[in-house]
Order: sequence, then C-alpha cells, then structure tokens
Amino acid sequence: MQLFFQHLINALQWGSFYALIALGYSMVYGILMLFNFAHGDIFMVGAYIGFGVATALAALAALSALALPNWVILVLTILIAMYLTSFVGMLVERIGYRPLREAPRASAAITGLMIGIILETGNLAILGAQRIRFPSLIKTQVYDIGGVVVTNKKIMIVVVSLVLMLALNEFIKRTRWGMAMRAMAFDYVVIPLMGVPLNTIASLTFALGSALAAAAGILFAVAYPVLDPYIGITYGWKAFVAAILGGRGSVKGACLAGFLLGFIEIFVGAYLSSSLRDLIAYSIILLILVFRPHGFFGEPHSAKLRL
Amino acid sequence: MLAVKNLKVSYGNIKALHGIDFTIEEGEIICIIGANGAGKSTTLKAISRLVPVEEGCRMTYGDKNLLDFPADKVVSELGITHVPEGRRLFGNLTVMENLHLATFARKNKGRIQDDLDRMFGIFPRLQERENQKSGTLSGGEQQMLAIARAFMSGRRVMLLDEPSMGLAPLLMMDVFEALKDINQQEGTAILLVEQNARLALQFSNRGYVLENGSLVLEGRSQDLLENPEVQKAYLGG
Repeated sequence: MQLFFQHLINALQWGSFYALIALGYSMVYGILMLFNFAHGDIFMVGAYIGFGVATALAALAALSALALPNWVILVLTILIAMYLTSFVGMLVERIGYRPLREAPRASAAITGLMIGIILETGNLAILGAQRIRFPSLIKTQVYDIGGVVVTNKKIMIVVVSLVLMLALNEFIKRTRWGMAMRAMAFDYVVIPLMGVPLNTIASLTFALGSALAAAAGILFAVAYPVLDPYIGITYGWKAFVAAILGGRGSVKGACLAGFLLGFIEIFVGAYLSSSLRDLIAYSIILLILVFRPHGFFGEPHSAKLRL
Repeated sequence: MLAVKNLKVSYGNIKALHGIDFTIEEGEIICIIGANGAGKSTTLKAISRLVPVEEGCRMTYGDKNLLDFPADKVVSELGITHVPEGRRLFGNLTVMENLHLATFARKNKGRIQDDLDRMFGIFPRLQERENQKSGTLSGGEQQMLAIARAFMSGRRVMLLDEPSMGLAPLLMMDVFEALKDINQQEGTAILLVEQNARLALQFSNRGYVLENGSLVLEGRSQDLLENPEVQKAYLGG
C-alpha cells in the first residue's frame, strides 16, 4: 500500500509535465485546427531559457548584497522564462504558420517538424553537444509520511502545475480574451466579423501554450536537472499523445489525459514490466482510442472552414 | 455613403462577380436579389474583406478607402457589420457572451450597456435567454441574436445574408419588423441579399437584380415589384 502511494506521487509529478505540455498542443489545435509539431521543442527551449534565467539570477544574487532566497529565484525564473518563451511561441506562429493558414494542413505539419529540428540543432550549435546542469535552487527535503517518501520538489511541481492549470481555466472562462479563444475554437472564420482580430488571438494562444510549456520545462529541470536538446522529442511527443487522448481542442481533456498518461506509465512500469513500459502503456492508449477515436472530450463535429 | 465600383471577384478560374457597381446611402435599405449562385453572398464577403477583390475595383465608405481596412477593422473602425448566411453564432457561448464578444474591439465602451438595452427592447426574448447557450436557441431566436450581435459590433451599415432562410413565415415577419425598427430608430443602413425576392423588395427602398455575377436591373423596389421581367423570373408571376 505504501508502495502504491509512492507510485501515485510519481505519477502525479509526471502527469503534471505531460498535462502542461499537452495544453499547448490542444489549445492551438482548438483554435486553428493545426498541430504545432514544434511544441515539444518549445518545451525544451523553455527549459533552456529557464536555465539561462536561473543562472543569471543566481549570479546576480551572489554579486549584489541583497540575498534573494532561492525559492524567490525559482519563482522569478519560472515567471520570466514563461514570459520569454511566449515570444518564441508567437514567433513560431508568425513566421512558421501564419503564411500557411490557407495552405493544405500537411504543409503546416511539415513546417512544424522543420521548426522543431531548427530549434534542436540551433541549440546544439549555440551551446554545444554536452548536457547542461540546471542550477539546484531548492534543497531537496524528504518527508516520510507513513512510510511514503515525498520530497518538497514533487509537492512543489504538482502544486505549481495545478495552480497554472486553474489560472488558465479562469482566464479562458472569465476574460474577454478567453471568450474570444472559445469562440474561435467554435468557428474561426466568422471571428473577424465580430471585429475581433484573428491574428492577435492566434498569437495569444501560442503565447499561452508556450508559457505553460516553459513552466513544464523548468519544473522538469527541477526534478531532473540534466538537460539536453532532445528532451522535447522524448517528452513532447508523449504529451502530444495526451492531447489526442484528451480530445483535440479540449483544455479539460488535455489536463486529465496528461495525468492519466502519467499514471499509466508509472503503474505499468511498476507492476507489469519496466523494460516494456512504453510498449504496454501506449498499447493501452491505442486501445482507448479505438473505442474513443475523438478522445475523452473531443467533438466529432465537422470543421467549419468556410463562410 | 458606401460606394462600390467595378467589383470583381474570382475563385480560382471561376469568375463570381464581373464588375458590379452599387451604392448605399445613409439610413437606406437596399436589397440585392438573385438566384442561387448569382454572387450575392460573394458581394457581401467582398465588402467585409473576407474575399480578395481584383485589380481595378474601388470601394469607398465616406472618404475612406475600404480596401485599406482588414476584415476586423471594417467592423470595429468603420462600423460595417455582416450577418452571415446560416447565422453562424458561437453555439458554445451564451447569448450574453455572443453579444459581448461583438464589442471586443469597440472604441466607445461606455455605450455598450445602452446598446444592449436597446437590443433587449427590440428582442425581449433574448434577454429572457441571456444565460442560455446560443446553440440551444430556436431558429428564429438565433436569427434575432445574429442581428443583435451585429448591431453590437458596428451599427452604421448592416449586411444581411439571407435572414429569412429557414424561418417560418410568422417569425420571418418578426425579424423583418425588428430590422425596420433598427433602421428607423438607429439610422442603420441595411444591405440585404435574399432569394425571397418578394419579401426583400417589399422591405427595401431600392433594389438590384444580380444574374451570373452581373447587375442586370436596378431601381426603386416598388418599381421592381411591378416590373414584368422581375415578376416572371423572381416573383413566380
């Protein structure tokens, strides 16, 4: 039983990473009917931007007399990196996808893959092939709760992720920008007829998704502080699976499926086979999709692409 | 006020409009009638800047060149608003949210409440259903919401694409009565395109007849109603 809860906590941690990344895939698909295949690499870029910001802030704190506590540096790192990475997302939309808005979807998909490769190899070119170590900003503290070992980092990761998801939900539900995003997801062709600038909403959606991916990147780096340029491929694609499983375009679905993916992976690894973990886990997901081809909350509505 | 000259639109190799001219004066109601595929919807989409126009076309609104404005600015800065065919409400949003979304880029935010009150005055049914998802409204209510929503976004000129479509005759009359109210109370000019030619001509001051992408007749609506050719082709006479 203790072991079960131990796995549960790990699953929540991994679920947090997947859910935060999956949200970006799903929101962009929701409003533009486009899979941003570069999104996994934006997660990677976010982690690296976080590395840069954390290093700079730590150096600054060491130089100046004012000693910022490390947790403040971490919070600042997350916020600044989210902000900066949102511009990477907007740039990708502006130069990669906007010119292709009327083009066949396959062109946009290929462009996304190319942008991903450019981000990975660009990173290699700038920082070289060696892995980098993310500064350890908070000391690991281990709590033993009835035999279940919990670290402060895991709690922090899950709590920050949930806060971000709730904040996103409120934003989409309560602000006029969020309202425009919901409307655009329903029918994007008539959005300009409401006087709403379609391109601005598209940029906003990429910005939000990228900011969440950056947060996921830093949280990931807190748990696993060794970064390489290919973490986007390894974990981004799994989050993409979560976005599909949740239902394309569904925010709620992306969160739930992200966590579900975390659970399936961890529990298959723990109780069935750790070497065949991914094979079994993704077979299970494939099976779910056979019975629910639109995912949990996806709607099989035919897209309205023309007026 | 709104003047369109030599409007040409093509979809690939297919010419939809061959260079048509028309005008709308302040506070006027005009209609364009024609068969399915004559180019009526395309005309409205060209004014809304949803489809590109060809070289040599001029569209002016007052002293402004319409072609300088992208689609969303035509609505938010010029106040020319378009109720598309099939209404195209955001079915996942409530009635109130649909109306508020239309004010997204409006300059004079102070007048929004006032305008909402006016629309609820004309369409009391919408107020009763303000928190209901618009996708659950009846066809008539949806058309009312589409018109109210357009009014909220820009009130100078309203372009209406087949507002009678799919409505029972009584509801249709309600909708047209409401449009007349908006036109008379608010001075909103209306450009209506309709397959229901009799209704459109009875309702409007002037009319144009569009055939295969060209305007073949124009005149006072009363005269068009009595024109034997129009009667033969469009009024079942």
